[in-house]
Amino acid sequence: MSFEQPEHFAFDADSETEIAKILSKYPEAKKASGVIPLLYVVQRQMGRSTGSAWVPKVAMDVIAARLNMPPIRVYEVATFYFMFNMKPIGRHHLQLCGTTPCMLRGSDDVMRACHDAAGIRPGQSSSDGLFTLTEVECLGACVNAPVLQVDDDYYEDLDYDRTVALIEALKRGERPAPGSSIGRQTSAPEGGPLTLIDVGGE
Amino acid sequence: MAKVTVDGIEVEVPNGATVLQACEAAGKEIPRFCYHERLSVAGNCRMCLVEVEKAPKPVASCAYPVADGMVVKTDSPIVRNARRGVMEFLLINHPLDCPICDQGGECDLQDQAVGYGMDHSRYREAKRSVKDKYVGPLIKTIMTRCIQCTRCVRFAAEVAGVPELGATNRGENMEIGTYVEKALTSELSGNLIDICPVGALTSRPYAFVSRPWELRKTEGIDVQDATGTNIRIDTRGPEVLRILPRINEEVNEEWMADRGRFSFDGLKRRRLDRPWLRVDGKLKPVSWGEAFAAIAARLKGLPGDRIGAVAGDLVEAESLFALKALMARLGSANLDCRQDGAAIDASRPDFYRFNTTIGGIDEADALLIIGSNPRHEAPVINARIRKRWTAGRFPVGRIGPAGVDLTYPHQHLGEGPATLRTLLDGTHWFTEAFRAAKKPMVLLGRGALARPDGAAVLAAAWQIAAGADALRPDWHGFNLLHLFGGQVGALALGFLPGEGAKDLGAMLGGGVDVLWLLGADGIDPAAMPPETFVIYQGHHGDRGASRADVILPGAAYTEKDGTWVNTEGRVQRSHLAIYPPGEAREDWRIIRAASEALGATLPFDSLAQLRAAMPLAEGLVRGFAADAAGPAGDPAALSDAPFAPNLANYHQADVISRASAVMAQCATTYGEASFDTAVAVAAAE
Repeated sequence: MSFEQPEHFAFDADSETEIAKILSKYPEAKKASGVIPLLYVVQRQMGRSTGSAWVPKVAMDVIAARLNMPPIRVYEVATFYFMFNMKPIGRHHLQLCGTTPCMLRGSDDVMRACHDAAGIRPGQSSSDGLFTLTEVECLGACVNAPVLQVDDDYYEDLDYDRTVALIEALKRGERPAPGSSIGRQTSAPEGGPLTLIDVGGE
Repeated sequence: MAKVTVDGIEVEVPNGATVLQACEAAGKEIPRFCYHERLSVAGNCRMCLVEVEKAPKPVASCAYPVADGMVVKTDSPIVRNARRGVMEFLLINHPLDCPICDQGGECDLQDQAVGYGMDHSRYREAKRSVKDKYVGPLIKTIMTRCIQCTRCVRFAAEVAGVPELGATNRGENMEIGTYVEKALTSELSGNLIDICPVGALTSRPYAFVSRPWELRKTEGIDVQDATGTNIRIDTRGPEVLRILPRINEEVNEEWMADRGRFSFDGLKRRRLDRPWLRVDGKLKPVSWGEAFAAIAARLKGLPGDRIGAVAGDLVEAESLFALKALMARLGSANLDCRQDGAAIDASRPDFYRFNTTIGGIDEADALLIIGSNPRHEAPVINARIRKRWTAGRFPVGRIGPAGVDLTYPHQHLGEGPATLRTLLDGTHWFTEAFRAAKKPMVLLGRGALARPDGAAVLAAAWQIAAGADALRPDWHGFNLLHLFGGQVGALALGFLPGEGAKDLGAMLGGGVDVLWLLGADGIDPAAMPPETFVIYQGHHGDRGASRADVILPGAAYTEKDGTWVNTEGRVQRSHLAIYPPGEAREDWRIIRAASEALGATLPFDSLAQLRAAMPLAEGLVRGFAADAAGPAGDPAALSDAPFAPNLANYHQADVISRASAVMAQCATTYGEASFDTAVAVAAAE
């Protein structure tokens, strides 16, 4: 649990561009509304610059100063949402859904695959700093269960083998195409359409 | 207005009132934890559930607006069941540690569990526990007891104006705290203890000290600032164990400043508990008779104009009146109560009072602060100003040191009297906003008068108020903010140099041979000529006693029946809570006894007789001559020296707080200029 909080944080040029865009949506007096998007900006910048997408305390202070709000109000928001990592994580954040539909469709196998391939249990980070595994509640992709979210991408229809392959690819620095791992078109039935096949012309 | 029927009782409440307010108007008590009259509505504890006819389920009455014709039931089976359910949930994670909890006996949760709790628990799972937080030397936290009503969060953000508390994490893991470990930077932090409905926030100095039913409760007045906060002094035997605020809507609402609340441990330390006499340069303990005899011997044959008296900042009206009468019998009018040298014009009461009154702040619509930091000088009045600011449309300008956080935004207009000049001739940009206001207020700090050009500052501030048409029969916008509870009483009783008599400067400059200091500790001992015979009457071995030739041990404000006048001119009575230590006596009795020994016996033998002779009636007299004829002084004499802060050290500003270990710890924690404890009189220890 022990980790070091950085002493300084400043937005880089990319972040500043994003912030200007975000804050243009809010009137000056209500710019505190931008706190959640700005926390994402911080988390992404940390991911870019350190390889670990998390929100240090000093960055929350920087946001508070930028949005003219008390720091505690930023801490409250940041600690409320699970999407913000309050401590350093691995390069890839594996968020595995374990809610009922995914569990019925084999999320336990995916969990086992994560452990075998990356060597970690939920809440742990791998020793090579590449992966952090978190078990999360429903990701809303039940039709293509089980689903594993890697950073911002969903990998769906996983089983043990395909999960191992996915993690191995990530280890090699590759980024497999997100979406269904069995070639399903979005959330259409497995193996192609089953209804309305005789409709539409000839 | 809306007609609401509560348990068959028809009441009329304003539109927009809540169901809870309607129930209270009908005389029904609604249990609550998160709801507090002076804070915003959170509606998260659910204890105030009531049944509203046609509503599908019980509603939280604190957050539910009334409608015309509404029928409310506060004691139906549905309501009782709902509240029982809420109570059961609240108790799931609340520890069963009432026997070791300091809130025990005055705990909302304990009381309401008697009404709505079960006699056993159905909960078999593990209870959660929360790490305690550090929020400073005054407040002890046991966060496992917290029921997350968020009253403290709302108090800090709304009333105290220091948004440093918050609720972090969520659900089962939600915790109240500052997130980063830090002491709360508020002078009103003690009020968190009062508003916490459970034992999560308790008084650190009072930890494990007493139970509420063991305490004797005495009504008093706080004298450690000039607000005149109404207090309750809780004592057991000869000890003050804690001080709490009483509700007085016109003065302190229900808040209290930390210095007044927590410095009472100074009442037990460095006390003068017997008379002392300086013999061959060393103080020796003597009896009362010997002390009076020494004074009589020194005064023998001395003309009246070679005797002088100076009153301190914490002295009650009775002893001031008695000493003034004694001085008159001795033929002396050499009196002064302005140890700080403030150029106060006492020729008319409204020249030195907070004329708008504290309650009047609610009506004001513009404020100009001159040479004052009300946050330190009168935290409760500052909270009232903040309350007015929160209501909106309230421009605040301040002249004084830069970089001061008043807990509400304000315009810093300048650092010195140069800004006063531009405000006077109307060229300053703030003039327009100030003159456009219908009820503008000028708040002048007493410290701004304690400078060579004090009279000019006073006259300038008065003229600025006059220029903004703030001196009308229906609105008096000139306010002087004093620093301590005894200052206005002394002015009201005219404890000032008489016609042709010597003031403090003249007395210190060798104008008198005998100087009677009544609780006067604001004078540098080195400033008194060595040949002057100094009589010090007071309760603490501080600066005054260190220089004294005779020490007459008096009573502190908790140890006497006294009359105090706050900065508004409100006359309030305080009662004796404990007896003075050792041979110390109530101050007016000492003066009465001394008068007999000096052959100038005063004509009163009891407090009642003294009060009958004293021209101070209880209450607030708002009568003022609303004319623009200002106090003496010429604004042309304004210098360019910037205003200095009036209190360098909030927590150690008077003799009681300087003797307090709790306040010393606060001063260390908050990094204030340290008070030199070496001046404590060694002989008295």
